[in-house]
Amino acid sequence: MAERFSSVDEVVDRLRGVDYLADTGIAGVVYLADRLEKPVLVEGPAGVGKTELAKAVAAISGSRLIRLQCYEGLDESKALYEWNYKKQLLRIQADREHETDWETVESDIFSDEFLLTRPLLEAIRAEEPIVLLIDEVDRVEIETEALLLEVLSDFQVSIPELGTIVGRQRPIVILTSNNTRELSEALKRRCLYLHIDYPELEREKEIVRVRVPEIEDELAEQNAQVVRSIRGLDIKKAPSISETIDWARTLLFLGHKSVDQQVLGETLHVLLKYQTDIAKARKELVDTKPVMGRS
Amino acid sequence: MGMHIAALQDVMNRNQVEVPSGVGSGVMLDVLQGFVHELRAAGLPVSMTENLDAMRGVEHIPLTDRDAFREVLAATLVKHFRHRRAFDTVFDVYFAYYSGGIGDGAEAGESDQMGESEEAGGVPGQQGSGGSGEGLSTEQLAEMLLSALMNADKDQLRQLAAMAVARFAGMEPGRPVGGTYYLYRTLRQLDFDGLSDRMMERSAAQGSGAEPEDDLAARFQKEEFEARLREFRELVESEIRRQLVADRGVEAMARTLRKPLPEDVDFMHASREEMQQLQRAIEPLTRALAARLAQRRRRRNRGQLDFRATVRHSLAFGGVPAEPKFKHPRPSKPEIMVVADISGSVASFARFTLQFVYAMAGQFSKVRSWVFIDGIDEVTRFFDESKELTEAVHRVNTEADVVWVDGHSDYGHAIEVFHQRHLHEVTSKTAIIFLGDARNNYHATQAWVLKELREKARRVYWLNPEPRGYWDTGDSVVSEYGVHCDGVYECRNLRQLERFVAAVIEL
Repeated sequence: MAERFSSVDEVVDRLRGVDYLADTGIAGVVYLADRLEKPVLVEGPAGVGKTELAKAVAAISGSRLIRLQCYEGLDESKALYEWNYKKQLLRIQADREHETDWETVESDIFSDEFLLTRPLLEAIRAEEPIVLLIDEVDRVEIETEALLLEVLSDFQVSIPELGTIVGRQRPIVILTSNNTRELSEALKRRCLYLHIDYPELEREKEIVRVRVPEIEDELAEQNAQVVRSIRGLDIKKAPSISETIDWARTLLFLGHKSVDQQVLGETLHVLLKYQTDIAKARKELVDTKPVMGRS
Repeated sequence: MGMHIAALQDVMNRNQVEVPSGVGSGVMLDVLQGFVHELRAAGLPVSMTENLDAMRGVEHIPLTDRDAFREVLAATLVKHFRHRRAFDTVFDVYFAYYSGGIGDGAEAGESDQMGESEEAGGVPGQQGSGGSGEGLSTEQLAEMLLSALMNADKDQLRQLAAMAVARFAGMEPGRPVGGTYYLYRTLRQLDFDGLSDRMMERSAAQGSGAEPEDDLAARFQKEEFEARLREFRELVESEIRRQLVADRGVEAMARTLRKPLPEDVDFMHASREEMQQLQRAIEPLTRALAARLAQRRRRRNRGQLDFRATVRHSLAFGGVPAEPKFKHPRPSKPEIMVVADISGSVASFARFTLQFVYAMAGQFSKVRSWVFIDGIDEVTRFFDESKELTEAVHRVNTEADVVWVDGHSDYGHAIEVFHQRHLHEVTSKTAIIFLGDARNNYHATQAWVLKELREKARRVYWLNPEPRGYWDTGDSVVSEYGVHCDGVYECRNLRQLERFVAAVIEL
């Protein structure tokens, strides 16, 4: 199959084209996923752009994004396929008058027409290029993970009544995890691994500038500094990138040109969602007198 | 192994532009095998498949790009972010020879940078003095460092790190001293701890337009400087590591660097840095454990048939009870009493365990805690009053009233008082957990207390942070208590602690 990207730098550039600022680590893994035809497992704190990455990769490779949102209790019938039993019942009942023999009925009701495709099967049968996103895979039970293994390693699925369906293409597959539990070794083995952390100061500033184009350079800089500072505190939930962006928008909306202690104090709740965190940040950043003696 | 490195170098030289896939992969295979071997020795689990992926992966990138090479290996071989640090260290050591290092790439631009630094800082730096910095005085070097830090000039910082190591570390070939020693010497000579303040002074003096108007700006400035200093420190560290590898060889070096993963760090011998790592590891670990247990409980506790629900559900299948529904019994959660020795030797163990237990408090109906040395004090109130666990633990250490006579552990007295005051509160739902090394300074053990507690309690456990081999040596009397417990466990690291807490909840 033709490769999608010719170099890591190209991935960086094209992602930038869709407003996703990737460092070489992120771009490198995307590039490798394409070359090795392996799924990527992306871990990291909430709100660092894991799901965004999948969307961006879909955009730059001109693919449709198929998304499987995982949750506790997700099973085959929701992830893979399900027989439309109501329709099957109707079909059988409709047949009573005609007295069709069972063989015909059986082969009839277990045909494509009665198959409800769910995201994984949809991805496998897709004709056009796709990116498959399996979101928050850590939420499914460890047993359900096994369901994914066949799809991830061979990109095929076995349906007892229909046989094995093999994918027509090798899409880019991205799994995300918030690390609420340890994923199985079997799953990890099949994937490339990418850990996305909060961005460096410069990158975060750039992200803000790209996402909030009307922001002044100075404000973007202060923005990133404040967020870095807050992330350095020992708090329950550090501000995510999207919260940084929200905050930048809030500041603009309120007409602030720069951040001082008062402005920060008034808008802290946009960055932090726990009362204890807000109190702590207020104590550290807003209510302090000089952090050091100035000469 | 030295041979492998040389071979890799060879591959690198031959393939300056692009690696034709397949060419030299035999050599590559050897090199990667060696690397994977080191990773495994450092405790990282690397499977065969992952090994092969790494092999395939490196064929797709130009080998001259060190960062890309590192990322490919990381993406294919390391599947847990806690292991990434260990990976990076092994990588640095193993591929040290093939780093661009100081000198080559950076040297070309050096005289320029020196020029710049002169402008910026007004330093009498010496033009074109090469990488050694021989002609510079210590003050000049310090001044260059300061202005390089002010300008965040990465190339120059890398050179200065090398110079500083060459000049101050006093590295002698074959001297069996750890890297930390050299790091310490180098940083001390550079007055590393004072640099942050000097940078602040410099920036105030320069008044470069952006005089910090308020404390916020000053704070950011300081944080930025501290980030730069951290980076510089890492440069120094990796330079030292590079030279140590050159001196001692890869294998010897890798052995000394084998650091335990955070979950394997011994509570009793953790360095300050490791303590911080542990601290950070607790929260995610407890969250993951709670989620896992909740899931398992929900699935496992399938009770009697729920007739009503089954009938109601059967309507969807035209009255056929196709899918039986079951009741979910809600077992009562255990009540926990933690009694911890917080005398010097086992203090950090007690701290982490208390923190861990309280982080899991949602899994228990009630958690109460006591700390003792020779006197005992209930500290539940600190945890109830404080919003943050770390704050509560801090108060336990500073405010709890635990000294009775001389401040040497007296388990006997402590548990006897516990028995007097609280025996009536122990019920068949209570699990009592004692924490400590049971080093009793030859006092009376009062082991009968545990016997009586056990008769009333649901369970009595003892967690000992000492390696099993040390138990009952010297003044340790753990077995005397142990006979009256439902279990005595060695609990030296987070991994063992997590396993124990999971087991208690499962009861």
